[in-house]
Amino acid sequence: MATQPNAAERFAQGILPENPVYRQLLGLCPTLAVTNGLKAALTMAGAVAFVLLCANVMTSLIRNLLKPHLRIVVFTLTIATFVTIADRFLAAYMYQMSKTLGPYIPLIIVNCIIICRCEVCASKQSPITAAADALGQSIGFGLALCSIAAVRELLGTGMIAGVRLLPAAWPDWGVMILPPGAFLTFGLLLGLVNWLSRSKK
Amino acid sequence: MTGDTQHAAIVPDSVSGTILIGNLAQAWLVLALALIFGATLAGVQIFLGPIIEANKLNETLQKVPELVLGQALADKMAAENQHLDITRMALSDGAGSAGRRFYTVYEARYQGDVRGWVIKTVGQGYADKIELLLGLSADAGRITGLFILDQKETPGLGNKIADAQWRAQFIGKSVEPSLTVVKNGAGAGHEIDAVSGATISSRSVTRMVDTAVVDLRQQLVSRLHATDGGKG
Repeated sequence: MATQPNAAERFAQGILPENPVYRQLLGLCPTLAVTNGLKAALTMAGAVAFVLLCANVMTSLIRNLLKPHLRIVVFTLTIATFVTIADRFLAAYMYQMSKTLGPYIPLIIVNCIIICRCEVCASKQSPITAAADALGQSIGFGLALCSIAAVRELLGTGMIAGVRLLPAAWPDWGVMILPPGAFLTFGLLLGLVNWLSRSKK
Repeated sequence: MTGDTQHAAIVPDSVSGTILIGNLAQAWLVLALALIFGATLAGVQIFLGPIIEANKLNETLQKVPELVLGQALADKMAAENQHLDITRMALSDGAGSAGRRFYTVYEARYQGDVRGWVIKTVGQGYADKIELLLGLSADAGRITGLFILDQKETPGLGNKIADAQWRAQFIGKSVEPSLTVVKNGAGAGHEIDAVSGATISSRSVTRMVDTAVVDLRQQLVSRLHATDGGKG
């Protein structure tokens, strides 16, 4: 078996070289759906970070007890539990945001980033490495969401996180905060990231 | 085939017992985790449930003026710093204890007169429960507002039931005859235009409105006459 990356490598990889959105193209449902505003994107990234961290550490702690053919059931059970906690927490303390995000918080259960990290890292490595991996991937996911959300909100409403940045003369490009804007922005940013990483080599 | 059934019939109890124990030995982690996680979630619900309910109640109370008086008048009242007196009541449809449906009803009074009612009702949607608030006029004969408190319908389709634009077609409708959902453009006064691609969600909401009216209308009318001395 090839040697596994250590904690520091896992952490660093998640941010850019193996960014879950731009490099692995995972978890695109929330990436496209909740990036019409920076606040929603940050909340989503926070919820995913919480679930990913808890699920990774939990999976890593029980990794020696896992039966290969039952591991997906255990992953899903673990993830669903932490997603439910995150969902209830948002509904209790960030009620309006919880209504804005609606079903996308419960849908974190089927976010492939988390099950992928449980499978690739947490079920094979120590809790510390798993936690570092979760943090790296979460930061990578958060950066991706925020970059898309910032472009969409700025062009779509002239504001970022509700603060007006473009002059009032800016004709708000309504399409940017609608679903097509998500695909346009994501496609262009993905191309940009690929072009930059290729030209670095 | 015959051989298989004969074989199944003669499996001794001790063998099936071994299979059961073998399965349990494999699945014990899943079962144990399910118990632990279940208990954790129950704890979370006990702790956070009341806060979430308080949030919903708060939102309900904020919505009552708009649902009873309409957006324009509600805004005007808020601007003039006036407010409605809202009383919370628990009502049921009066059926036998088995199938009885319970509702929370908010009575909205302005300077002593009943101006309308807001009924909170819960029903099954396409994906999950839908919770909504229904505003009725004082005589409970006309719909004055509709608001979706909680829904988990399909994003992009069913969740359009929460859009103000779709909800607006309920406002001003008479509760008789009861509302029906149509798919190709509402014509008659009691018809509701379905959200395209979300007929089930649309029907759920409309049915919840109809059911609540049927269950409570008589009670609300008699309550109005009892408290207002019949002046309506």
